[in-house]
Amino acid sequence: MENENIVELKNISVAFDGEQVLDGLNLEIKDREFITLLGPSGCGKTTTLRLIAGFLEPDSGEILFEGKKINGVPAYKRQVNTIFQRYALFPHLNVYENIAFGLRVKKRPESEIKEKVAEMLRLVNLTGLEKRHVDTLSGGQQQRVAIARAIANHPKVLLLDEPLAALDLKLRKDMQKELKKIQQQLGITFIFVTHDQEEALTMSDRVVVMDAGRIQQVGTPQDIYNEPRNAFVADFIGESNIVDGKMLRDYYVEFSSQRFDCLDKGFEPDEAVDVVVRPEDVDIVEPEKGMLKGEVTSVAFLGVHYEIIVDIGGFKWMIQTTDEHFAGDTVGLYIEPDAIHIMKKSEYSGLYGDYSSYSEEIDHLSDTGEEE
Amino acid sequence: MNKKSFGDRLVAAPYLVWSAIFIIVPLLIMVYFALTDANGVFTLSNFSQIGRYKKAFGVSILYAAAATVITLLLSYPTAYFMTKLKVSSQRMLFMIVMIPMWMNFLIRTYSWVTILEDNGLINSFLRSIGLLELLNVDNLRLIRTPGAVILGMVYDFIPFMILPIYSVMSKIDKSLLEAAEDLGSDSLSKFRRVIFPLSQPGVISGITMVFVPSVSTFYISKMLGDKTTLIGDSIEFLFTALEPDYNVGSAISLLLMLMILVCMFIMNRFSDNEGGGVLM
Repeated sequence: MENENIVELKNISVAFDGEQVLDGLNLEIKDREFITLLGPSGCGKTTTLRLIAGFLEPDSGEILFEGKKINGVPAYKRQVNTIFQRYALFPHLNVYENIAFGLRVKKRPESEIKEKVAEMLRLVNLTGLEKRHVDTLSGGQQQRVAIARAIANHPKVLLLDEPLAALDLKLRKDMQKELKKIQQQLGITFIFVTHDQEEALTMSDRVVVMDAGRIQQVGTPQDIYNEPRNAFVADFIGESNIVDGKMLRDYYVEFSSQRFDCLDKGFEPDEAVDVVVRPEDVDIVEPEKGMLKGEVTSVAFLGVHYEIIVDIGGFKWMIQTTDEHFAGDTVGLYIEPDAIHIMKKSEYSGLYGDYSSYSEEIDHLSDTGEEE
Repeated sequence: MNKKSFGDRLVAAPYLVWSAIFIIVPLLIMVYFALTDANGVFTLSNFSQIGRYKKAFGVSILYAAAATVITLLLSYPTAYFMTKLKVSSQRMLFMIVMIPMWMNFLIRTYSWVTILEDNGLINSFLRSIGLLELLNVDNLRLIRTPGAVILGMVYDFIPFMILPIYSVMSKIDKSLLEAAEDLGSDSLSKFRRVIFPLSQPGVISGITMVFVPSVSTFYISKMLGDKTTLIGDSIEFLFTALEPDYNVGSAISLLLMLMILVCMFIMNRFSDNEGGGVLM
């Protein structure tokens, strides 16, 4: 029973004004799992959530809830509740009445409402604030009221639309832990939408990476990070050096004019591939001992480690190291076979994974609010 | 700080002078007349004469209240359905509500005379289809009735009710409606629990904006009404009669103004300081 699918999306397509937002999306969500839809803005993750909530109907495809088709079932009849991006608390009601809203709509007896609201307030640590007006609460407190208001209805599935985006970093971290705790405590399915890859990796049982209305990869956080399926996923989740390579035979690959042992197989002989190497998986050694040799072009100190850019035959690699190096140094790179990940060529090949315009990339990241 | 506020004051100066001349000074003149006799000597006797106008006060408040209630009943659903339409249709309806306000409302009130009078549009029509003959009357008495006065008030002031309600309603955050739906509300419960309470500030300012001009109007009753005098008519008469009595007229005006202020104060208390005092 544990692995029963609670929500299934079958071949869903949605277009707004002729623009394809979701393109043949298929997804199975298991009961009681914490699943995250992750992707840049405009990838269709919020649209997917709104389809499940019932605020939007797909142009084609089926939505199943506990095996039954729910296309056309209005939002108020669905056994899901949503936590909205800007909380959407009712400004004319106090904390107590906001949380009681769903129960009052369902005409539950007053004694049950009172008990339930008290229980919810305890769960989100807001006991004592019942009478407060929601406008007088801090962002974090409003967030908690929104959580309490949604789960007071015993939804089978809770939908969370970037619920932490408006909070500052410290509070966001605390709320991540708290949400995870609440999810385990209540044993309900959480479908969480975010563009923050770190948030997705820390909280989720499974992550769905989306771009351009399509699912790029579904898997556990470890799968997604360690075995990205294409250059988009490799680049979006963490940092990646992505270089062109050629699979000479199973377990043997050529890139940057050198040949390397690796752990991947199943490609055609001499098939062109994308090779991913994570910046933290590269060791810096004496130039003559390295498998690759290059010149350090820039160094940034990030506290825990240095982030250095090394030019290898015109391609800029990013390497994270705890040792200090200086621009102009010639260094050698050593890469273990298990640090080399081979991906099939895709539409994203060549678009990501080169750090020659690194400063621009930082701008791009801060634009999307990805990191501070 | 001082420099800046000096600059601010300089910019605000024309406006201050303007308000002083056209708002404050007339009010002071009114207070002066209300508290003096014909010779300019201080007295409270003007107020003791107001007793004679008790009935006019009562009728005015009654008519204005009736007009306000009818206006509200017509406007609220209108405003609600306006917000449900496409944006382009909303804009058009908004214009249709606005257009009559571009015309002097003396003229708009006149047009009701031609519609309601004994040989007016309605009576002519009823005569032509033989209904009047059937009822064995020369004409229906439409004009010179309390109903005609209230109709005039409703017609003249309805935009002041629709517009504030519409503007408050259309600003309700859509995500609140989705949240209500998400929590199990069907359209009726969504309306009752979210839209209605959140539209109250618009209702409050609409009520104020219709009640205030209705209670003090004089030409609507003059043109459409019977012999019943409203307080506005009394004030007008006191100022325009062959032997005008500015003192008592001012005293009545002052009292009327204070009553309206008290009403508005109470209303604003109701709206629970949520932007209800749009007018104040």
